[in-house]
Amino acid sequence: MNDHLRGPLLPPSRGPLSAAVTSYLRGTGPLPRPADAAAADPYGDDLQLALYLCYELHYRGFAGVPPEAEWDPELLGVRAALEQRFGSALRADTPVHDSLDQALAALLVEPVEGTGVSHFLSAEGELWHLREYAAVRSLYHLKEADPHAWVLPRLWGRAKAAMAAVEYDEFGGGRAERMHARLFADLMRDLDLDTVYGRYLDAAPAEMLAVVNLMSLFGLHRELRGALVGHFAEVEITSSPGSRRLAEAMRRTGAGPAAEFFYDEHVTADAVHEQVVRHEVIGGLLEEEPELAPDIVFGIDATEYLEERLGRRLLDRWGAGRSALRTPLAAPEQPSPEAPETHRHRQMSHTS
Amino acid sequence: MPNDPCDAAADDSAGPAQDAAGRARRISMQRRGPLLVEGPVEIELEDGSTVRSDRFRVALCTCRRSRRYPWCDTSHRRKA
Repeated sequence: MNDHLRGPLLPPSRGPLSAAVTSYLRGTGPLPRPADAAAADPYGDDLQLALYLCYELHYRGFAGVPPEAEWDPELLGVRAALEQRFGSALRADTPVHDSLDQALAALLVEPVEGTGVSHFLSAEGELWHLREYAAVRSLYHLKEADPHAWVLPRLWGRAKAAMAAVEYDEFGGGRAERMHARLFADLMRDLDLDTVYGRYLDAAPAEMLAVVNLMSLFGLHRELRGALVGHFAEVEITSSPGSRRLAEAMRRTGAGPAAEFFYDEHVTADAVHEQVVRHEVIGGLLEEEPELAPDIVFGIDATEYLEERLGRRLLDRWGAGRSALRTPLAAPEQPSPEAPETHRHRQMSHTS
Repeated sequence: MPNDPCDAAADDSAGPAQDAAGRARRISMQRRGPLLVEGPVEIELEDGSTVRSDRFRVALCTCRRSRRYPWCDTSHRRKA
């Protein structure tokens, strides 16, 4: 009853496209014209938020938006124009490997001196960095593995069985309290963050919206099932060593037991998932549909491309001593030894 | 479900943990990488202690570099 009145609030818009989509969802204005989408920055805040709003209707929707909006043909037309702009930019900009073996081999090499976000957080991350990181990542982790479930009906045999097994593990192996999305909410609580779904959508930069939009794009289109599988492989292969560094960061800063546990769990879980995805999901899919190999490569490399953009955004801002979020976080509730950091954090400028 | 014994009869490639049909448990080996064993497993370590995992599959370290021994933590990967 009144289901559509619950759910996340629609966030403030970030430009004309997202403003038009928002007012259309509220029933107060017309949609943008598809030509407006074609002219927008494909990675910018406005297009990415407009697309994110369209996709979110397939997950949890928004308060005040009727559930039928999910299949509104005019809205789907706008979504298609936004996807076209984003997708064609990705095809043009993503440096792709020549073969699947090369793409996978590149992921399986561990850099001796890594420069990514998890390296930074592990070596010198402070509690306020970890809070920002978790707030940004919450856009995905609070629906962890959801976009990947859409690929299941598009797979057969070995690939399907293995993908379902990994998803089963992601969803807690039948126990709600072990669901990875739930473990992430526990982590957020340790970091004094609000665990409400959608709470940090407005704070998240376009680079994070693009990461999540990529999963939704791949998940919702059967045509892109190979790319979804490649994307999933990228996530699982890179997760284990990255999670080890993030677990170290949580331990070093005393973030809390649930914060450590989320990443500790991913160290061992994803060491397994990686094997299953490479050998069974990719192997099984290629047995059935060998022509999908280039799509798998694209899924891997597009994910790397967007993750690198996100990493740069976070490290550039943090390197300048500034918040990486569009709107700074509220300070943690209890006074703590981190108080000076908190104070500095509060003063960080609003950037967008 | 991956651990459901009812799947045993239908599947002859990779099977459930409880093999009611008396079939051998499958372990996948690789030259570089962990042993993959169908879970749940209970592992007795050298000091007599045991660890267990009820994951549908577990990855056991063979390179001895894992910091989560006996579980694989991908420390076998080539560094460059």
